[in-house]
Amino acid sequence: MNRQVAFWIIALLALVALPFVHRDPYHLHVLVLILIWSFAYTSWSIMGRFGLVSLGHGGFMGIGAYVTALLWNHLGVSPWIGIPLSMATAGVLALVVAYPCFRFRITGHYFVLVTLALSGIVLQVITATRDYTGGSLGYTPQRAQSGKGLFALQFDDKTTWYLIALAVWVAGLVIWRAIDRSMIRHAMEAISEDEDAAAAAGVNVTAEKLKITLISALMTALSGALYCQYQMFISPDTVSGIAVSLQMVFAAIVGGVYVALGPTVGAVITIVLAEVLRISFGTKAVGWDNLVYGILLVLFIIFLPKGILGSVIDRIKSPRKPSRGHEQQTVPIARR
Amino acid sequence: MQSFLDIFDIYLLEAVINGILLGGVLALLALGLNLIFGVIDVTWICYAELVMIGMYGMYYLVQVFHLPYWAAAPLVILLVALLGAALHFFVIAPLLTAPPINQLLATGGVLFILQSFATVAFGIDFRNLGIRLPVLALGEMNFSYARLLSFAAALVGMVGVYLFLTRTFTGTAIRAIAQDRQIMPLMGVDPKRIYLVTSAIGGGLAGLAACLLVLQYDVHPFVGLSFGPITFLICVLGGLGNFIGGFIAAFVFAEIISLGGLFSDLEWGYVLAFAFFIVMMFIRPAGLLARRS
Repeated sequence: MNRQVAFWIIALLALVALPFVHRDPYHLHVLVLILIWSFAYTSWSIMGRFGLVSLGHGGFMGIGAYVTALLWNHLGVSPWIGIPLSMATAGVLALVVAYPCFRFRITGHYFVLVTLALSGIVLQVITATRDYTGGSLGYTPQRAQSGKGLFALQFDDKTTWYLIALAVWVAGLVIWRAIDRSMIRHAMEAISEDEDAAAAAGVNVTAEKLKITLISALMTALSGALYCQYQMFISPDTVSGIAVSLQMVFAAIVGGVYVALGPTVGAVITIVLAEVLRISFGTKAVGWDNLVYGILLVLFIIFLPKGILGSVIDRIKSPRKPSRGHEQQTVPIARR
Repeated sequence: MQSFLDIFDIYLLEAVINGILLGGVLALLALGLNLIFGVIDVTWICYAELVMIGMYGMYYLVQVFHLPYWAAAPLVILLVALLGAALHFFVIAPLLTAPPINQLLATGGVLFILQSFATVAFGIDFRNLGIRLPVLALGEMNFSYARLLSFAAALVGMVGVYLFLTRTFTGTAIRAIAQDRQIMPLMGVDPKRIYLVTSAIGGGLAGLAACLLVLQYDVHPFVGLSFGPITFLICVLGGLGNFIGGFIAAFVFAEIISLGGLFSDLEWGYVLAFAFFIVMMFIRPAGLLARRS
């Protein structure tokens, strides 16, 4: 166990030291993107691993990005206050939609489609209020005057962004681990197996589901806000809507939903793939990355539902004896 | 003031009628999805993308190969029907015993595939048939013939499917298997074949919808996103697998979009429709026509 802890500490130190050793701005840019999206995918998996498949996370991410940017541009509110406010907005929305969902036992297909409506609404509202949000043309937070970069959470330096993204990503993993070791996890696993049985055993089904949804939504909004502050440009299609939601689902499943680093592996694969295609084929590559994603997603769901990392870890841990949770071959909403 | 009110009412009436016309095509799409859900218990998230492929099929047949519209339409319906059967055979069939959510996500992958395939193969330009149907002026109201034709054809298509389901052996078997999928194999019905036939019919309905929508809208790889989500919401609102519920919900949604678009931008029509959907989910979680248990 101690060796394991030492390994993680060394790995983390290596990650922190990386930008000071390797200063290539392009590589750092890709790494920051990977870290931010990994955090978003991890947020999704915190819910998704328990069978709460949401297609509304594109909406939460959009709210995180747009509320932060709008507060800054129109009211001059610093992102230091704006980001918590945007997270609160996403959290309230999540509760407003999720509470009745869980109260009335909307699960499975129905839950997926209700959340799909949610990301649809956010996308359409952003597009419709184009006088404020720039509509589908996208939106740029105003540049802060020089010297006020910290106040505006805007940094030109990639190293700073790398460290911020790294910290947030690690925080995401810590949250994952905390949930993994808490009672919520056991309660949620029971719920995903059989809601009635869980309720009969004394689990407050609605409350547990709400907790996990709230955590997931808050984290997703934070990832959206970070993405906005880093890229300094957001458009409805890159941070909200159904395509982004599906992208989260896809990356998480390819990496592995049931292990902490699975979504990160998914983010590495998808972003590196997209960048490689973009560099080697240029504008001709438009569409090819999604084509490969789609084919991979279908193949993974059919042949490797635990994802790359999940399957690899299973193989390493116990070639013969299946580990706990092995019987959960698949995302377990669906038992009826 | 009086004249202002007159104009206003005319516009209102026009919007209401246009909503009904839009509802016809939406009902057609909802019927296809409901059929597949009711029989195979799968939601095709990529349904609207099948329609998109069909619209491209129409574009190429009419604009590039210079077939007349009426000759191209059956070919496209056949093409999308085959596509639906292939989708079932290659993606759904291996997942039939997996949790439904995996099937749903797999078709999400197919959505990516079809969208990016269209991007790669056809480019992201907007294309149209170049057929401009005249506009019917009724008093001071204007209706495009394209919409009237779509509405009529959608109704014919739905009646056709209804007759097929009620008057033929295969149709009866489809309805039976939707009711009890364990017993039907014992009655000598091969579920695999029925599933394939159902998928082909679902695809065929998407093909028909494609032939109709291409008259009104330009084709581009992401056109599916503009009516796909609405179709799912209609099906859920009507109760997944409930044909009549889906039919009614299609017109409710179409009216909301059409009237919302009259008073404000089209996007707000959609926002209203989505919000209405979420509220209705809480009032009637199992669909409009569901009986309270």
